[in-house]
Amino acid sequence: MHKTPLLDQLESGPWPSFVTDLKRAAAKKPQTADLLGLLERSYVDKITHWKHGGIVGVLGYGSGIIGRYTDLPDEFPGCEHFHTIRVNHPSAWMYTTKALRELMDIWDEHGSSVLNMHGSTGDIIFLGTRTEELEPCFAKLTEKGWDLGGSGSAFRSPSCCIGPARCEWAMYDTLEACYELTQEFQFDLHRPSYPYKYKLKLSGCPNDCVAAVARADCSVIGVWKDDIRIDQSAVQAYAGGELKPRGGATKYDKLDIQKDVVELCPTQCMSWDGKTLKINNRECNHCMHCINLMPQALRPGTERGAAFLLGSHAPILEGAQLSWVIVPFMEMEKPFDNLKELMSNIAEWWSEHGKNRERVGELILRLGMRSLLEAIGVEPAPQQVRIPRANPFFFWYQSDFDAEAKGRRYDTRQGFVR
Amino acid sequence: MALPKEELVEYIYKMVEAAQGKKQLKAKDIEKMVLKEHPDQNKNDIKFAIKELIDGGRCVYTYFGGSFIELPRVEGAAKH
Repeated sequence: MHKTPLLDQLESGPWPSFVTDLKRAAAKKPQTADLLGLLERSYVDKITHWKHGGIVGVLGYGSGIIGRYTDLPDEFPGCEHFHTIRVNHPSAWMYTTKALRELMDIWDEHGSSVLNMHGSTGDIIFLGTRTEELEPCFAKLTEKGWDLGGSGSAFRSPSCCIGPARCEWAMYDTLEACYELTQEFQFDLHRPSYPYKYKLKLSGCPNDCVAAVARADCSVIGVWKDDIRIDQSAVQAYAGGELKPRGGATKYDKLDIQKDVVELCPTQCMSWDGKTLKINNRECNHCMHCINLMPQALRPGTERGAAFLLGSHAPILEGAQLSWVIVPFMEMEKPFDNLKELMSNIAEWWSEHGKNRERVGELILRLGMRSLLEAIGVEPAPQQVRIPRANPFFFWYQSDFDAEAKGRRYDTRQGFVR
Repeated sequence: MALPKEELVEYIYKMVEAAQGKKQLKAKDIEKMVLKEHPDQNKNDIKFAIKELIDGGRCVYTYFGGSFIELPRVEGAAKH
């Protein structure tokens, strides 16, 4: 066992330490003992001793295996190969204990016993194995019904919130949609053919528990189209303290409807006269604040579906971007053909025009929203304006100037008119 | 004129072979190069021709800051 005085300090805090866990695994796995030694060495040298990428993989797949090597193989032979295996997770990360034991047994047999539940895309991340263990490990995984997830310039493993399985706000079946889309894009998931990564996350409602709006190129977020349903007697009960805000998940005994609900509405679309709560639904932007506070008084409408957003990513140079709306509302019924077609069309446009390592959101910024909408056949809609009155996506074409020169007048709502 | 399946596979293999050590090709690069010479070639045929080369082990996917299609070779980073 390597001496690890710096790592040992990480065990002294009040929280569980990964160092303690690694030491426990290292008692059985020499490569994990070397992993500790290598990490200690990096702390001393203040540089990483890992290299990643390369050609390792399993036959037929270009995704799911991330080659990883150390530049100190003689000193730490257990980390000479320390590849990562991404295993595609089930919808909403729901497992049986039996399935988890099977996974752990496979990884104990073929890897370092170190894993990460889960990576930020959602996959189960097996950390550390040798090249010759990849195919046997993959064979055992597939035998038990598992498959590898996405990596590289591929469609990444989609992930979704718990949806209708355990949540009252689910506007569509996120679990089924996640499964369907995983199946639909199998080819692109395993065989990298895009300019760069392409992530999909599905949230059942605007609370967006999987943070799709910030973490996925394609964000599918459940919304409703009609009016919020109000039970005025329950609103009175919240005001009187008979019902606890947020189902009792706050320290407050009762709600001040005016201050806590109405005045915190981001679009100021609500009013309260002490007896009746009114909502101007035309102005509601579905932020869920009022519904979350008073779940027994307010419920989303019944005309349900999802908004499709595109473009979030976190590049180092430009900074993080959130997704923005492409389709404000779409039906979300199995087999989700409309969503599949839309995603395929977007991928086709992006693959055609995208540069190497250019995310789809960056391409929209470079070529303009107009180019995307024309290519995928989606009509412009007011909701697509990301920052109202500061729309960066309007580009003038020569044909626009020509039309104006011919005496056609431009109307902001109708475009060019005679 | 569109190439028959077997010819298309060989055509792509030669393309990858010629690029080896000079330019790393992505799947889309290959598709564009094929369509330049054979504009009526079905895109799906190109996709599955690449799949055949990969499944047969004649080409491999590599990752160097992006995913590429190359000829198999010994991994430089691996000691053995």
